[in-house]
Amino acid sequence: MTFWNDPLKVAADWLTGIFTGWGMPSVGANVLVAFLGVLMLITILMVIDIFLVWIERKVVARFQDRIGPNRVGPFGLIQPFADIIKLMIKEDTTPDGADKVVYNLAPILSMMSVLILWAVVPLAPVMLGVDLNAGALFIIAAGSIGTLSIIMAGWSSNNKFSVIGAFRQVAVMISFEVPMLAVLLIPTIFSGSMGMNAIIQSQSIWFVFLSPLAALIFLIAAIAELGRAPFDLAEGESELVSGYNIEYSGMKFGMFYAGELLHAFTFGGFWSIFFFGGYRFFGLELVSPFLAIAIILFKALVGYWVIMWVKYTVMRIRIDQMLAFNWKFLTPVAFVLVMVTALMNTLLRGADSWLFITGMILSNIIVAWVSMEIVRSVSKQERERVEGVQQVAEAHH
Amino acid sequence: MTGEQVIFLIVGAVTLIAALMVVTVRDLVHAALWLVATLFGVAIIYTLLNAGFLAVVQVVVYIGAIAILFIFAVMLTRRQAADTGAALNKNWWAGALLAVLTFTGLFFMLQSWSGFQKQAAAIPSGFDAINQLGDALTSPAGFVLPFEVASVLLLAALVGAVYLAFNKK
Amino acid sequence: MNEWLYVGLFFIVGLIIPVGAIGVGWLLGPKKPNPIKQSTYECGIEPVGEGWVQFKAQYYIFALVFLVFDVETVFLFPWAVKLGQLGMFAVVEGIVFILILVAGLVYTWRKGMLEWA
Repeated sequence: MTFWNDPLKVAADWLTGIFTGWGMPSVGANVLVAFLGVLMLITILMVIDIFLVWIERKVVARFQDRIGPNRVGPFGLIQPFADIIKLMIKEDTTPDGADKVVYNLAPILSMMSVLILWAVVPLAPVMLGVDLNAGALFIIAAGSIGTLSIIMAGWSSNNKFSVIGAFRQVAVMISFEVPMLAVLLIPTIFSGSMGMNAIIQSQSIWFVFLSPLAALIFLIAAIAELGRAPFDLAEGESELVSGYNIEYSGMKFGMFYAGELLHAFTFGGFWSIFFFGGYRFFGLELVSPFLAIAIILFKALVGYWVIMWVKYTVMRIRIDQMLAFNWKFLTPVAFVLVMVTALMNTLLRGADSWLFITGMILSNIIVAWVSMEIVRSVSKQERERVEGVQQVAEAHH
Repeated sequence: MTGEQVIFLIVGAVTLIAALMVVTVRDLVHAALWLVATLFGVAIIYTLLNAGFLAVVQVVVYIGAIAILFIFAVMLTRRQAADTGAALNKNWWAGALLAVLTFTGLFFMLQSWSGFQKQAAAIPSGFDAINQLGDALTSPAGFVLPFEVASVLLLAALVGAVYLAFNKK
Repeated sequence: MNEWLYVGLFFIVGLIIPVGAIGVGWLLGPKKPNPIKQSTYECGIEPVGEGWVQFKAQYYIFALVFLVFDVETVFLFPWAVKLGQLGMFAVVEGIVFILILVAGLVYTWRKGMLEWA
C-alpha cells in the first residue's frame, strides 16, 4: 500500500494517526479526516470551476469565430481570476420589497445542490466517494434542491421578469426530469444496481454501445435540466433580460453562474459514468488512481464540450415547443425504450455478447426509426393543416 | 448518548419547529418553504434509520414534485398569498384540547406496546434494501398485485386531475 | 459508520463554501444603497405594478402530470435493479405497469391538457 496506489487511504491513515495522537477519540478523528477530505475535494472543484469560466469563454469564442480572452496572462488564463475579483468588489444590492432571507438563501442552495452531486461520483477504483446504493436517484434528488433554489430566487426578487423566468425554467426542469429518470432505468437494468461504482464496474462494454438512444435522451434531458440552450428560455435575453437571477449582483450572481458551469461539467461526468465507462479506459484505471481521475475528468470535459457545442449551435425554442417536445415525444420514446430494453435484456440473457450487443443496438435503432417516422408523418399533417388554414384565410381577404 | 442520538434530537427538533412554522406563518410561499424544510428533516431521519432509498425518494417526490406543485398552486392565486385574517378563531381551545387528548391517548396506548422495548435486529452485512424491495415488488409470492394497483391508482389520480382542470377551463 | 454521514458532510461543506464566498463579497463590496438602485429592473423602464403576476393554470397541470410520472418511475427503480435475475414474468409485470401509465399520458394528451395555449 503506497501513496501511488491509494493516496486517499494513505493520507487518511496518516492524518487519523496524528489526530488520535493528540488524544482525540477515534470516531471524532475519522469524522474530522472525512470532513477535511470533503473540503479538499470541493476546494479542488471550485478551482476547476474557475477554469471552466475560461474554457467556456474560450470555446464560445471559437464557435463564434473570435479569439476570446487573450490579454490577461498567457492565453487569457488569468482572466477568470480577474472576473472573480470583479464580482467580489461589486456592490451587493438587494431590490426593494425582496424577501431578504429567501433572496439570500437561493444562491447558496443553488451552489450546494451542485456540490453535493460530487458525493456520489466515483473518481477512481479506490476513491468511490460515497457509494450509495441509490446513487442514480441521488442525482435527481440533488436536482430537485436546485429546482427549488431557482423558484426561491425568482419569487423572492419581487420582479415580474424573474418570476416568469423562474417559472418557465422550473416547468422545463421538472418536465425533462421524467425522461431522465426513465433512461436512468436503462443503465440500472444492465448493471443490476443503482450504485455509481457498480454501474461503472459492469461496463466492460460501454453502455452507449448497448443503448445509444438512451445516451442521447439523457444528454437532451441533462441540457434541459441545466437550463442551457436550446432550453435556456429562463434567460431569454430579448424578452426576460436574464430570468430568475436578474436582480442578483456581485458574488450572489457569481454563485448562480459558477453553479451553472460546474453543473454542466458535472453532468458531463454523469453522462460518462452512465454511458461511457466512467473512470474505466482499457484497464488504464488500474495502473494508478491518479490516471483514473485524469480519465474521468477528461471524459467529463468531453461531455461538457458536447453540451457547449449544442449550446452555441442550436437556437432557443419556445416554451410550448419545448414542453410539447418533452411530453409528446421524449417521454413516450423513453418509456418505450425502457420496455424494449427490459424485454431484450431478458430475451438475450445468456446469449453470446456479440449477439447481445447487436440485438440491443438493433432494438435501439428500430425504436428511434419508428419514432422518427411517426414524428415525420404527424408534422407533415400539421404543416398541411396550417397551410390549409392560411389558404382559407387568404381566400377570405 | 451517542452521536447518532444527538443528530436525531437536533433534526427532530428542527423538523418539529419547521412543521409548526408551516401552520403559523402568514405568507403561503413561506409556508411551502417551511414545508420543504420539514420534509427534508424527515428525509434525514430516514437516513438515520439506514433507509437511504426511502430518504432519496422522499426528496425526489416531496421536495422535487409536491413542494413545486404547492408553490405553483399558490402562484396561481392572485395576490392573496399573505393571509390577513385572524390566525385563530374562537374555537381554538377546542382544537387544542382535542389535540392534547389525542396525544395523551396515543401516549398511554403505545406505552403498553412491547415494540419499543425490542432491540432492532442488526442489519446483516451485504444487505441491500433496494434488492429486497425489488424482490418484494416482482416475485409472484410478493406484492405484485399492489405494485400494479399502485399504477392504476396513479392513473386514477392523473385522470382526476385532468378532469378537474378540464372543467375549470 | 453510516455512509449518509459523509453525504451530510458534503451538505455542510457545500453550504460553507458559497456562504464564505458571498461573505467575502459582502465584506469587500461597497454598500451605498439608494432608492433608484434598489428598484427592480424591468427592461429599462420604470416597474409597473407589483412583482406578482397571475400564472397560467398550465404550469400547474404540467406539475401534476410530472408528479404522477415521477412517482411511477421511482417505483420502477427497484424493479430495474432486480430485473437481471428474474424471468419473463417480471418483465411483463413492469411493461403492464408502464403501459397503464402511458394510457394516462395518452388520455391527458387527447383531452388537450398537454397544449400550452
